[in-house]
Amino acid sequence: MAELFTVPAGVISTVQANWQQLLGGLKITVELSVFGGALAFVIAVVLGLAAMTRFAVLRMISRIIVEFFRGTSLVVQLFFLVFVTPVVFGWGSHPLVFAFVALGLNYGAYGSEVVRGALTAVPKEQWECTTALSMPWVTKIRRIIWPQAWALMLPGLNSLMVMLVKGTAIALFIGLLDLTSVSDNLQKQGAERFTVYGISFVLYYLLAMAFSAFLRRIEVRAQRRLGLKPTKTDTNRATAGALA
Amino acid sequence: MHWDWSIARDALPVMLKAFFEVTLVVTVVASILSALLGLIWAIGLREMPGALSKVLAFVLSLLRNTPIPLQLLIAAYAIVQPTGWLSHTSSLAQYQHRLIIIGIVVFALQYSTYMAESYRGGIESIRSGQWEAATALSLPRRRTWQAVIVPQAMRAALPSLGNWAIAMFKDTPYLIAISVPEMVSQAQDIGGNNFSYIEVMTIAGLIFLVASYPTAILMRTLEKKLVY
Repeated sequence: MAELFTVPAGVISTVQANWQQLLGGLKITVELSVFGGALAFVIAVVLGLAAMTRFAVLRMISRIIVEFFRGTSLVVQLFFLVFVTPVVFGWGSHPLVFAFVALGLNYGAYGSEVVRGALTAVPKEQWECTTALSMPWVTKIRRIIWPQAWALMLPGLNSLMVMLVKGTAIALFIGLLDLTSVSDNLQKQGAERFTVYGISFVLYYLLAMAFSAFLRRIEVRAQRRLGLKPTKTDTNRATAGALA
Repeated sequence: MHWDWSIARDALPVMLKAFFEVTLVVTVVASILSALLGLIWAIGLREMPGALSKVLAFVLSLLRNTPIPLQLLIAAYAIVQPTGWLSHTSSLAQYQHRLIIIGIVVFALQYSTYMAESYRGGIESIRSGQWEAATALSLPRRRTWQAVIVPQAMRAALPSLGNWAIAMFKDTPYLIAISVPEMVSQAQDIGGNNFSYIEVMTIAGLIFLVASYPTAILMRTLEKKLVY
């Protein structure tokens, strides 16, 4: 029984021997999460707003882009960027950039559904009011609609962000040394499997939790601003619709 | 670079074969398994004593918040390989078969945690009168779940379950992590052999789109009909 409660010496030596590589992997994973998440957010907002304009052409373009990136798999999109676009456009190979663009486009498309859902969920009277006051489009969105929709979309964006953090593991498929591929390499080089895999497992979990807690704080703040009491929100339901 | 129809023509049958034999099999089997497991988790979370259900909730959140490729690597190379089950195979086909089984288990576990949430939403949408009526009739707990709660929760959860199944379908290329010959890895091989990826990756994307888009539309219609 005693072994269960003490850290085996093997774990410590494995960590001592490999922490620099693992840290490097964590850095790539965090970079992909932050930049991928930022790009996804921008794309989600642009496509989400485009879906709500009165210009049918814009709505249709947004619809096509969203369905395209939701309907084809993230890995296929990544491979297309990595293997096809450098040949077609001759822009060389940039695995890190390609990975973060793929994450941004894919999760941005999902996110735009969350944004659109939140915009639709703002009571109709609010939209009508802005028309009655003949507000310009920018003012209407910025001052009236967005602050209300913002609080509604955060639960959905929150769980998408967690999925994006997990999605950064696609780096493994294009030889980027993220947390997953570093631990896999170490394992192949003979490091103790459970230790190296276990460390990155825990790090992913903590990273996902950290992003989720951060977005939850923003959500509570957004709700307070609207004079609402912070509610326990159902992130699952907020995402499920955007996923298909 | 130009589009070469002969590569596309040669690749399509190989990719379709991998699609039907691996991608679709994994999706269907793992979806059914995760729908069952998810229901078990959802009921367990409500019925188990406090401490136990907290443990279950924690395990589920561990599974849900870590990437599938890493989970596949752990399952195949840290958990199963040391048992020898993977090395004592008579043929490559059998070896790949076992990797596919590992893949199915990992996908089923990961998505069961999401589906458990869908069921939870469905269960919570049931009005309290239903529970009270079951108590008034002194229905046994088991029967209450079987005859009253689950059928109604199922109706509300179904579209969401379907959406998760579609999401899983699009995640199947993660199986490349443990070298399962699914559709996209076949595409990658063919592309590599011909030094041209545009045909195979376009086909792969189209197959995903053609298979997932109609299903997604179906789920959206179902959602309007079933969820009240």
